[in-house]
Amino acid sequence: MSIIRYEQTQGKSLGFYALIAGLGAFVLAALGSVYFMEHNGHHVTGMSNHIVWGLPHVFALFLIVAASGALNIASIASVFNKKIYKPLSRLSGLVALALLAGGLMVLVLDLGRPDRLIVAMTEYNFESIFAWNIILYNGFFLIVGVYLWMMFERRMNKYSRKVGIAAFTWRLILTTGTGSIFGFLVARQAYDAVIMAPMFVVMSFAFGLAFFVLVLMASYKWTERPLGDAIINRLSNLLGVFVAAVMYFVAVYHLGNLYLAENSGVENFILMDGGIYTQLFWYGQIILGGLLPLALLYSPATKGNRSMLGLASVLIILGGIAQLYVIIIGGQAYPMELFPGKEILEGYGTIAAYTPTLAELMLGLGGIAVALIAITYLVKFLPFLPESLADNVADPHHKN
Amino acid sequence: MKELNRREFIKSTTVATAGVATVASGISLTTFAAEPKETDPVTNEKRWGMLIDTNKLTETDIDDMVNACQEEQGWGEETHSNADQKPSWIKKVKVKDTATQRISNLALMCQHCEEPPCVDVCPTNASMKREDGIVLVDRHLCIGCRYCMMACPYDARSFVHEELTNQKEHMPRGKGTVESCTMCVHKVDKGEQPACVEALNGDAVIFGDLLDPTSNIHQTLKRVQSTQIRADLNLNTGVRYSGI
Repeated sequence: MSIIRYEQTQGKSLGFYALIAGLGAFVLAALGSVYFMEHNGHHVTGMSNHIVWGLPHVFALFLIVAASGALNIASIASVFNKKIYKPLSRLSGLVALALLAGGLMVLVLDLGRPDRLIVAMTEYNFESIFAWNIILYNGFFLIVGVYLWMMFERRMNKYSRKVGIAAFTWRLILTTGTGSIFGFLVARQAYDAVIMAPMFVVMSFAFGLAFFVLVLMASYKWTERPLGDAIINRLSNLLGVFVAAVMYFVAVYHLGNLYLAENSGVENFILMDGGIYTQLFWYGQIILGGLLPLALLYSPATKGNRSMLGLASVLIILGGIAQLYVIIIGGQAYPMELFPGKEILEGYGTIAAYTPTLAELMLGLGGIAVALIAITYLVKFLPFLPESLADNVADPHHKN
Repeated sequence: MKELNRREFIKSTTVATAGVATVASGISLTTFAAEPKETDPVTNEKRWGMLIDTNKLTETDIDDMVNACQEEQGWGEETHSNADQKPSWIKKVKVKDTATQRISNLALMCQHCEEPPCVDVCPTNASMKREDGIVLVDRHLCIGCRYCMMACPYDARSFVHEELTNQKEHMPRGKGTVESCTMCVHKVDKGEQPACVEALNGDAVIFGDLLDPTSNIHQTLKRVQSTQIRADLNLNTGVRYSGI
């Protein structure tokens, strides 16, 4: 393994500007959607008093969860001292910050009063897990920012492990906090489960790495830099393990819920007769987002094939969005148990309807576009990417 | 004679001032307690509550309660929102016991919990509980995140989905914020009853101070069997029901 040299991307090609323009169009569409929704009020969305968090929250939480997961590569390098991941650490920190920025943008712009963001920053209710999340998100920017500085600045390199440990701990707490937003809602059958917090942590591993792999492969392909099989195969194996772990947690969560008679209603709804939610669960989350990626990553026919790794990553992201849709919207659509032992004939208790609108979708996609623009620009201005990740450079065990 | 230094002077005068203030506040409490004024501070010596007797409450009664609430607080005229988006501070719910097939009708609104989940989760302290137990939303602090609506076990809160006009002077509402039953706090503070209670003849709904041993609601709750909705959540609601 030789010395790693980092270098900015040129960012002068037609492709670069086309990419920025394309992503910029999505960001503009998102801002237009926000103006439309805020000007008219939320009645122009599919959201209601029963589905209070809609598609924007699906994207926002997906991005926030993926953000903390994307930092894992840097953590594995500095906390667990795995040398092969070291050259990827800077990009890992950058992807984490970019995804978090995109997610928070969506979350904030879907508020009823986004103009009162300053209130959220100055009025804290420390009993609220939401308020804690605001602190955790801001802290994440700070810690990962310092972490990147330690990595960039040669004199500071010696501290990068310590800061890396702090960042790793912080990100675990952050995703636990995100999961707890749901886990602490006692009255909702679908959410009241402590396992939500660790499940979100494992989801973040898978979603964040899938996003990272796509960014890595695209940036090396488009800048025509060498990217060896050693790194790709490692990441591919790791991704498979994370996807399997997510499926394990999903299985434990649903089996645990099925065991409790009080939750059998909501379980039947999600797993059997919930219409779109059941379909998204089985076809989207489990088959497309779980089984198929596992097959692509591990079957001898496709293993090691980069296109298949890319496809698996895309499927994991789509499956992850499906999973959050089922959790967030499916969990709200199923009514709360207001009167145990009684049937509600009128006034409450039906499955809440939700049809997402184009504006909500564009706001969500805008969050992804913001993250990608940030990455594309910053790799141009700062040396995030090693000029080569060929096996003879990146693999510590490489033999010439 | 010992000379008084500055620190001791401040100490002794502070004690004396505090003593006078304590005695004086005691006097004013006993003097003015009889006649409540809107400017009186809200204390936890009272806890406002309601007892709804579903045996006495007819469906028409509940409709009257809903109408009175709409008229008093000025909601329900929204033109753009669909049925699921329109505010609903109070609603009629019909339930059937799965074992006995008995049907009851009740009015469901904010239950004014002693341990309100909406207040726990609100990031900005906009959801709050007054000392006298009334749960409210401060519309100036509400950022419209809707987490309280996720947390409320009673489906009691609404989000304003559109621009509003013709609002009531005592009840400012705003697009993009959350709202719910205020127990007509503006009337209660003047010694009146909530609009939904006033709309009914008879005693199907009793409003009063749960802590006052001489109040009708306190004495009735002692006498009849009553229940809290989702009592298993241990939220100690201010709104109680009998007959379900």
